[in-house]
Amino acid sequence: MKRFAVLLALALTAMTSRGAAQAPAPQIQLAYSQFTLPNGLHVIIHEDHSVPVVTVNVWYHAGSANEVMGRTGFAHLFEHLMFMGSGHVKYGEWDSWLEAAGGENNASTENDRTNYYINVPSNAIELALYLESDRMAYLLDAMTPATVDAQRDVVKNERRQSYENRPYGMAEIVLGEMLFPEGHPYHWPVIGYMPDLTAASYEDVVAFFKTYYAPSNASLVVAGDIETIRAHALVDKWFSEIKAAPTPAPLAIPGVALTSVQQRTITDRVQLPRLFLSWITPRHYEPGDAALDIVADVLAGGKNSRLYKRLVYDLQIAQDVSAAQQSAALASTFQIEATPRPGHTVEELQKVIDEEIRLLQTEDPSTHEVQRAVNQIEASFYNRMERVGGFGGKADQLNGYYISTGNPDWFNEDLGRYRVLSPSDIRAMAARFLPLNARVELTVVPEK
Amino acid sequence: MRRPLLFLVAASIATATLVAQQPPDRAKPPQVGAPPALTLPAIQKRQLSNGLAVWLVELHEVPVVQANLIVFSGSTDDPAGKFGVASLTASMLDEGAGERSSLELADAIDFLGADLSAASGTDSIAVRLHVPVARLADALPLMADVALRPTFPAEELDRLRLERLTGILQARDDPTSITGVAFPRVLYGTGHRYGTSTGGTAATIKSIGVDDLHAFYHAAFQPKNAALLVVGDTTVDKVLPLLESSFGRWQAQGAPLPPAKLPAAPQPAARAIYLIDKPGAAQSQIRIGWIGVSRSTPDYFPITVMNTILGGSFSSRLNMNLREKNGYTYGAFSAFDMRASAGPFFAYAGVQTDKTSEGLKEFFNELNRILQTVPADELTRAKNYVALRYPSQFEATSDMSRQLENMLIYHLSDDYFSKYVPNIQAVTAADVQRVAQKYIQPNRLAIVVTGDRKTIEPRIRALNLGPIKVMTVDDVFGPAPVVQ
Repeated sequence: MKRFAVLLALALTAMTSRGAAQAPAPQIQLAYSQFTLPNGLHVIIHEDHSVPVVTVNVWYHAGSANEVMGRTGFAHLFEHLMFMGSGHVKYGEWDSWLEAAGGENNASTENDRTNYYINVPSNAIELALYLESDRMAYLLDAMTPATVDAQRDVVKNERRQSYENRPYGMAEIVLGEMLFPEGHPYHWPVIGYMPDLTAASYEDVVAFFKTYYAPSNASLVVAGDIETIRAHALVDKWFSEIKAAPTPAPLAIPGVALTSVQQRTITDRVQLPRLFLSWITPRHYEPGDAALDIVADVLAGGKNSRLYKRLVYDLQIAQDVSAAQQSAALASTFQIEATPRPGHTVEELQKVIDEEIRLLQTEDPSTHEVQRAVNQIEASFYNRMERVGGFGGKADQLNGYYISTGNPDWFNEDLGRYRVLSPSDIRAMAARFLPLNARVELTVVPEK
Repeated sequence: MRRPLLFLVAASIATATLVAQQPPDRAKPPQVGAPPALTLPAIQKRQLSNGLAVWLVELHEVPVVQANLIVFSGSTDDPAGKFGVASLTASMLDEGAGERSSLELADAIDFLGADLSAASGTDSIAVRLHVPVARLADALPLMADVALRPTFPAEELDRLRLERLTGILQARDDPTSITGVAFPRVLYGTGHRYGTSTGGTAATIKSIGVDDLHAFYHAAFQPKNAALLVVGDTTVDKVLPLLESSFGRWQAQGAPLPPAKLPAAPQPAARAIYLIDKPGAAQSQIRIGWIGVSRSTPDYFPITVMNTILGGSFSSRLNMNLREKNGYTYGAFSAFDMRASAGPFFAYAGVQTDKTSEGLKEFFNELNRILQTVPADELTRAKNYVALRYPSQFEATSDMSRQLENMLIYHLSDDYFSKYVPNIQAVTAADVQRVAQKYIQPNRLAIVVTGDRKTIEPRIRALNLGPIKVMTVDDVFGPAPVVQ
């Protein structure tokens, strides 16, 4: 394999090195092709021959938002069950075959989707497609109540490790409960509640698979060191026999808004308190979503950001501060977290944070601050092109854009959302979406 | 909005549809053909006029460049009583350099969309720049300021010191951190550098002043004790003049560091359990092991394969037993931490509190079973997993540069990359058994458990694994730092 004798998947116009403000807008494009099988499975293929590796990436348009009350955490438990064997693959063979071929695999569940990837050396692409198609077609042939029990215990330990036994780990769960009203699918955590994990049954698995794991509710990306024509033929071979099933209707969830300040204090086995401020904000890719990414950077991205500089650098009354717009399909959330230094209080931090939010709501940020944020976002688009597989690789991004926008190669459009923003847009969006009188204020305090 | 299909794809639909007429034969998994060869781009080796070694690898897929200055001194070179100097020196590099203050540096770097970081390990310090290639010429002088002209302002050191002391205070909350600090402490003790985390302790951090940073910096940061790596979308002709102008005039100031001398670290004579109480913990954090091997071990390849079987992959024995078969944990694994001198070997997991003793029992079942002959199919799988995944470790500029860093720091041979796969494939079952028996002796391992003592201690005691020594969090970290 010659590393360089390949077609360049990423085409960029020349950029000057005169500084970011004068640089022409770069064009980021990924060459791809796509088609839909008669059973409704959407397929996207992207070639990248830089290393002899291929990835198979599947997104199912189902996540914890599709769960029902009493079965929280089920979409994620189901994700675990996808690795327990299928009609022609006995339990254990999934990983042992892939490892014997030099492959690795993983999956993750969020509110709105579940994604799976298999990275393999390019000679093992057909094995990866065989395994992925077998579980899409024949998962239930291998499913038993004992399988569900085995992964139920593993998932409970995932909850213990990632939430219950991690300092401040329960705050994320409480924040969701405070932000969204009971019954809203973002009210409960993706990891689920212990009694619901206990209650999950084999019958639930059958129903969830039949409802949400239809090929027409999934999209498949094959990317890496493989010719498009061969990838297409192999996908046809292994995925065409999967039976079509009704596509579940998209969730119809009315928008929600906070109308007042919701305050709560919880305890944890920690020595320092921590403050969480959170808002419900515009959905992923809706107007305001990109601006709030910039707001987060202006407030807490880097040493010169307003909150970091005041709280951590100048006053030194905080150990850390962070801000993020967490984008999702039904509603996003904007979150600020800060931990006071010993001898200081969350009240002191909140006073400064609110001063800075008010300032950003009334005066435009500087052009420099906004451009600095945009430059970092632009650089992150290049960095995201460096790996083809795994979480956040090119295949994962093609699937993500396809699901959200219908266009796998939405990179330029996405970057364009940031490039068009002016300082006054940033101020206006901060004023509109981060009201001080309608938000969640959660404090974690040390157990006595 | 969908794009029209490419010509090739449109052509393929006809053939593919024919294939799809019959369901495929799923009775057996598809045969996997011969693995693809990895042909790595050449490492182009040059020198700047001051003798600084430069290694360059071209990767042109994405318009980014990774540029790393590696200094071959690390926390192992910390003076006695000043553990943490190397780490604090690294952290202080971008807190003021050249003509710029801490905030001015951060602003200039952020504005370029660059990532510039400095980090220390046991054997090296790295200043790493990742930047769009269009901004490389603007970013390299900033990197050179940070690496070559740090000013170590006293008020910034005061700030970082408080940040680190607060970090140590917070680490006391976290069972994973507690276990991670306690385990090397019980193996190496307080006198050996490996017995204390690279950042140092509250006491040493308080003792380190600006003079200590200057002294360590000037002795460690010398062109003869460093190398520059550049990986990415550039060429020797384009980048060498930029490197020369930023790094070519750098000269040593003062005497170099003497070679680090670590005291002997005797293995534990007998198995013992170190129990740290974390009342109410939902899981017990477990770490089991002893002193492993150095990176220069002649047994590197057999150990890598053996550890893959024991606890180095999803299908490894520890994970299949403790997670998949028994459901005690979200994951159980093992690792050899190889450094210039022998670092620790350890098996580890977070196990639900009420299954702690059952989990320990299964750990030792596997640590004993790995001493027996490994079945042929399991050996082949492990070797393939390591060998065939190797190409993916050269994909991104940061991946490639990490490989080059290790080659430099641990003096790996020029043909190391090209011989890696044959070296793994040559490992036999006898090799695996030999290194398992040599490097894992289950009746002499240290066991560190951080969990809810009142619940777990009686049943751990009943296992009769060895004496139980109760440690406090203060035993692990020293007294809680007062941060005001």
